Amino acid sequence: MIRLENVTKVFPGGSGPAVHQLSLDVAEGEIVVLVGPSGCGKTTTLKMINRLVEPTSGRITVAGEDIMAIPAHELRRRVGYVIQQIGLFPHRTIAENIATVPRLLGWERTRIDDRVGELIRLVDLEPGMRNRYPRELSGGQRQRAGVARALAADPPVMLMDEPFGAVDPIVRGRLQDELLDLQRRVHKTIVFVTHDIDEAIKLGDRVAILNIGGIVEQYAPPAVILRDPANAFVKAFLGSHRGIKRLSLIPVGEVPLEDGPMVDRSATARDARACMDRYGVDWFGILDGKELVGWAWASDLDGDSLAHIDPKPFEARVSLDASLREALDTIITSRTRVAPVFDGGRFVGTITAEGISRELAK
Amino acid sequence: MIAAPFFRWDWVFDHLGLIWEKVSEHLVLTGIALGVGFVISMALALIGLRFPRTYPPITWLTGVLYTIPSLALFAFLVPITGFTVLSAEIGLVSYTLLILIRNIVAGIQGVDPAVREAALGMGYGSRRLFLEIELPLALPVILAGVRIAAVTTIGLVTITALIGQGGVGFFILQGLNRFFNTEIVLGTALSVILAVAVDLVLVLVERLLTPWTAKRTAAS
Repeated sequence: MIRLENVTKVFPGGSGPAVHQLSLDVAEGEIVVLVGPSGCGKTTTLKMINRLVEPTSGRITVAGEDIMAIPAHELRRRVGYVIQQIGLFPHRTIAENIATVPRLLGWERTRIDDRVGELIRLVDLEPGMRNRYPRELSGGQRQRAGVARALAADPPVMLMDEPFGAVDPIVRGRLQDELLDLQRRVHKTIVFVTHDIDEAIKLGDRVAILNIGGIVEQYAPPAVILRDPANAFVKAFLGSHRGIKRLSLIPVGEVPLEDGPMVDRSATARDARACMDRYGVDWFGILDGKELVGWAWASDLDGDSLAHIDPKPFEARVSLDASLREALDTIITSRTRVAPVFDGGRFVGTITAEGISRELAK
Repeated sequence: MIAAPFFRWDWVFDHLGLIWEKVSEHLVLTGIALGVGFVISMALALIGLRFPRTYPPITWLTGVLYTIPSLALFAFLVPITGFTVLSAEIGLVSYTLLILIRNIVAGIQGVDPAVREAALGMGYGSRRLFLEIELPLALPVILAGVRIAAVTTIGLVTITALIGQGGVGFFILQGLNRFFNTEIVLGTALSVILAVAVDLVLVLVERLLTPWTAKRTAAS
């Protein structure tokens, strides 16, 4: 969808090229995150795609068209653009701000009105915000309005330059989740710039790690980068908690689950003890057919049958599509040291810290 | 013998027609000066913004104009353009330029760069960017300049009485010639009242033109 071929940018008076011979392919419908230290040319690269910065040499195509062959203002109306400071027009209401590109494109009034209403719902702003001025909104609301404005004319491509850099961490996390959720519905091709590796890992289908001078050190899905960093620079940039970061990227469903020390309600105390010995634990789970009803300590056993035992419920449980990070959190905070895994409402097995670490070590 | 009162209201009531005529003249002189001054200032400000190298000479030139004593300027103009409205306006207009140009340029330059970048990034051309984004956002600063220029001009108009114009300055000059306090006080008071009134009107205009700067209550 977007292709950069040997793109170089030299700013007059700059000590060296800001971007040097950069090539990058962005497939339709994916989020590609450009990440790197300041001076790595990530913002320059982004701005070359909508010609806010003109490349010195090389070729950039969007949907197969050479961008230099399209008048800059027309290209920009086809490419959504969100920046960190948002840049909402203070003298226009939220509705007017969102309507910017449709108005530039000369849409009819009723069509613009409908589209604005649709977008306000899409980005989860209250309809009452329509006629407010930007200064009357909170930072998070303004950011949503900025995203709505960029989406207004339904551009196939979105460029986002540290869009969540200026909001506090809690709002940032929420806006990131919203972006991912939005992307599932709108399927844009998004190029996203950040200096925050965690944001890159969370949002990117693929991440390009850039070094000073616009050199791509590695371009791969975040799980691959974390598992196999291409070189010392990437390793250093990823920081010291690579294993922990990978946890967020791997869903529980990808790890082989264990049965766990589970016995049926109808089993005997001897069966339960044998089962606990096998797993080397001092508790056991109780199943009723296929359903998980709870667990009990070894010391709760009294007599031959389990009938008198009142099973304690598993308070935390994880679903198959939860991340290993959530699973690990469940494990380390539960007394049984396992997380029961559910597929919808159905119990499918358990996951343990050992299982997770085996997976990461693969 | 009864001492003559300091201010004779009866004289005022006897000359209401003349007063109204001079007040209107005052407003017309001020209006023309501001209108013409604004157009010239806008043109020069645009040149200064487009070609930044020209901005220092522009402010230097209008600064020099601003420093010429008004009495001298009018005395200098009379042999060329006579005791005419034109003489008066040349002077009045030149005194508005510095203030207006500076405020227009400062207003445009004060527009948040992020707003400009967002506008360009969404496909604004430079002309629409200026008319639809930069100019409206610069309006509070520009109008602040217009208010100063208006108040200054209303005061200066009285001086043009010396060359046969002058609006309410006519009363001040005639009062001085005739040692007649009532006219001096009347002319001065009218000039001050006009300045305050015009300033208030401009504040209202600013509020109407820039609703986004108003504080709004939480109610939607």
